[in-house]
Amino acid sequence: MSVFIIRRLLQSALVVLVMSLLVFVGVNVVGDPVDMLVNPEADQAEIARVTQSFGLDRPLYEQFGLFLLNAFKGDLGLSFIYGEPALKLIVQRIPATLELALVALLMAIVLGIPLGVFAGLRPNSKVSKTIMAGSILGFSLPTFWVGLMMIMVFAVMLGWLPSTGRGETVSLLGVQVSFLTWDGLRHLLLPAINLALFKIALVTRLARAGTREAALQDYVKFARAKGIRPARVVLVHVMKNIMIPVVTVLGLEFGGLIAFSVVTETVFAWPGMGKLLIDSIQLLDRPVVVAYLVITVVMFVVINLVVDVLYSVLDPRVRLKEAKS
Amino acid sequence: MSLRKLLTGLAIAIALSLSGTAWAKELKIGLNAEPSSIDPHYHNLAPNNSMSTHIFGSLIEQDEKQRLIPGLAVSWKAINETTWEFKLRQGVKFHDGSPFTADDVIFTVGRAPNVPNSPSSFGTYLKGKKFVKIDDYTVHAITEKPYPLMPTDISTIFIVSKKAAEKATTADYNSGKAAIGTGPYKFVEWVPNDRLVLVRNESYYGEKPEWEKVTFKPIKTGPARVAALLAGDVDFIDNVPTTDIARLKKEPKISLSQGVSNRVIYLHLDQFREDSPFVKAKDGSKIKNPLLDKRVRLAISKAINRDAIVERVMEGVAIPAGQLLPEGFFGVSPSLKAEKFDPEGAKKLLAQAGFPNGFKLTLHGPNDRYLNDAKIAEAVAQMLTRLGVDTSVETMTKAVYFKRASSGAPDKGPEFSFILVGWGAGTGESSSPLKSLIHSYNKERGFGASNRGRHADPEVDKLIEDALATVDDGKRSQLLQKATELAIGRNQAIIPLHYQVNTWAVRKGLAYAARTDEATHAYDVTSAK
Repeated sequence: MSVFIIRRLLQSALVVLVMSLLVFVGVNVVGDPVDMLVNPEADQAEIARVTQSFGLDRPLYEQFGLFLLNAFKGDLGLSFIYGEPALKLIVQRIPATLELALVALLMAIVLGIPLGVFAGLRPNSKVSKTIMAGSILGFSLPTFWVGLMMIMVFAVMLGWLPSTGRGETVSLLGVQVSFLTWDGLRHLLLPAINLALFKIALVTRLARAGTREAALQDYVKFARAKGIRPARVVLVHVMKNIMIPVVTVLGLEFGGLIAFSVVTETVFAWPGMGKLLIDSIQLLDRPVVVAYLVITVVMFVVINLVVDVLYSVLDPRVRLKEAKS
Repeated sequence: MSLRKLLTGLAIAIALSLSGTAWAKELKIGLNAEPSSIDPHYHNLAPNNSMSTHIFGSLIEQDEKQRLIPGLAVSWKAINETTWEFKLRQGVKFHDGSPFTADDVIFTVGRAPNVPNSPSSFGTYLKGKKFVKIDDYTVHAITEKPYPLMPTDISTIFIVSKKAAEKATTADYNSGKAAIGTGPYKFVEWVPNDRLVLVRNESYYGEKPEWEKVTFKPIKTGPARVAALLAGDVDFIDNVPTTDIARLKKEPKISLSQGVSNRVIYLHLDQFREDSPFVKAKDGSKIKNPLLDKRVRLAISKAINRDAIVERVMEGVAIPAGQLLPEGFFGVSPSLKAEKFDPEGAKKLLAQAGFPNGFKLTLHGPNDRYLNDAKIAEAVAQMLTRLGVDTSVETMTKAVYFKRASSGAPDKGPEFSFILVGWGAGTGESSSPLKSLIHSYNKERGFGASNRGRHADPEVDKLIEDALATVDDGKRSQLLQKATELAIGRNQAIIPLHYQVNTWAVRKGLAYAARTDEATHAYDVTSAK
């Protein structure tokens, strides 16, 4: 297993390198950050000064070389806008996003799996059909629209929940979290549901498909025949076998939740990484965009690794060994 | 834990959270854009400057119409052609209790142009000026040549405390450690992307604002900002989307505040290339650039129905424009009016210029920079097509657009032939647009930095340069008016479309005095009487 992990890490380093080159070149051909940042009244001398101070007057390969050199030292560059290390800006916003993503993930698991298993066990009942119809809605309604509608209904019309921002935070082990305060929870609810809706639908459908398949397997029939309680059959025999696809997909989707909850964060003005990314793209804050994507790639690599390890825990038939392909 | 204990705990938690927000006089503001730093000298851009006026004061301030009014200086005058004298206000205290003196001014003008990593520096306003302390409450600013814009330039510089800022970095301002000013509000906390909290400065020298505590929340999406106001999460928002104005007018809980801004939306036309890349004959073949002929430019101006654009595209929220700044600003010509819609006259002019059948043109514009920018471009294109100039429209995000519009051509010059742009006169008088848009492009001397049509007329250049060296207000105003009349009335250097009108919305019972510089100030919000 350790050989497998080391090999995977080496491959990952190569992926990160190639990706950073692509991203770096990609963001550097679009627009001119100086146009976005400099006061319109500034004269040509000031524009030239800023261009030079950002190093944008140098050829692209030189800029990329410098970036790589600094990246090896752990420095992903200074944000053009904030003048602070891009890495620091991103790390500062991780808790907010992570909190939102974890709550959404939790909702997806807690609601999605039971609903899916139920629908899988009783595929013809009216309730199951309703669940499946609901999941189609969850899949197909655009997040942006659902978010605005939820604000419209729960914040503007009913006035139950706040429409925007993160609310009060408290420090938990040095990290600012909002789910421990009443105000924070109220602020968290709408964006988390908005973000979770798609995932709940996804997990429901996966769990249903898995359950329908597993329910017909011999070992389930055998367990029933042995007279094992139905609850145990479902919870142990069926659940264990449907978890593999669910874990795989949730792992990948969790990465997506953290890295690209851009729409939800923008609609609810949630001060997370997604909002930072979209703002940085719009204002051409190149160092932040590059650093963000590098971090995202690293994160996906790690999540994939964790998922692979989890497989071997969930399913003893899976052995992690040196991949030959 | 018993159910009762749990409920009691919950009730206490709710009560605490409610009492925590129960400030006597709190104002919550939803903003379209947030500052990039609390350091008032780090980034010379509208959102930062708007924020800085709360915490820091400047020697001279700009009122809601950008007229200069005394701030930390009680008076200023030119004692000779090249020396300006500023008399400072006595008895003013910084937030930390230390007194404000000339030393702080001298320190500030030394710091402002030299902040590390600044993406847009205040050096623009300070270069070529030498500051001398005469006594504790008198400062002289000396230039080599006569420089009339001294008070305007000085009004942009926020005064920081020498004691607090001597070794401070931008990060020290952001954390609040060095955010010590003389302004009406004191810094409490800043969480980027989330909130900025200020409390009232009880020892402020001027009129005390009504709100004891102010929270700014950045809410970039227009509909979400409106929803936050409707839901009561904020009391006050800026940049109300024009599509929501009609609905908000009917809303009993909300009132609107509207005012014309210093921003003109205009068309710039290629006046420097014989062969312009986006101008073609109707059959697609190359022609000599017709935009070089001012009769063609006038024809285009006459073919545009500005009233229709204002009424249909802008939903009534704009004012047709005939020059660079709306009425009431310094240096505005009383004789220039918005060009009347005259399709017949336009056709005649086009025929006179040798294009009776028109030609083909592409209009480029941004789609996320000005109010309804892409829709305005569409409307203009339709009007020109009716004239016989087949106009197609290409809009793009501002991040891509401005680079191409300024330096997208192979020779690093402007790429497009015909563009839609806007200009807000930060100085609040007409030398700002004249210098940047109308004066011929001159990199060495810093003129025409945004002259993307490369209009050039030595006579106009001379008038602008003379104005910039005339200290006497009356004479300078004359020169600026003359330059505007020649450049726009005679030369059609640019085609003004309309002045943007900005809309703020407050919850019922509050009022906001709309500002021409588009800034949003908590201390200008009052309970309506």
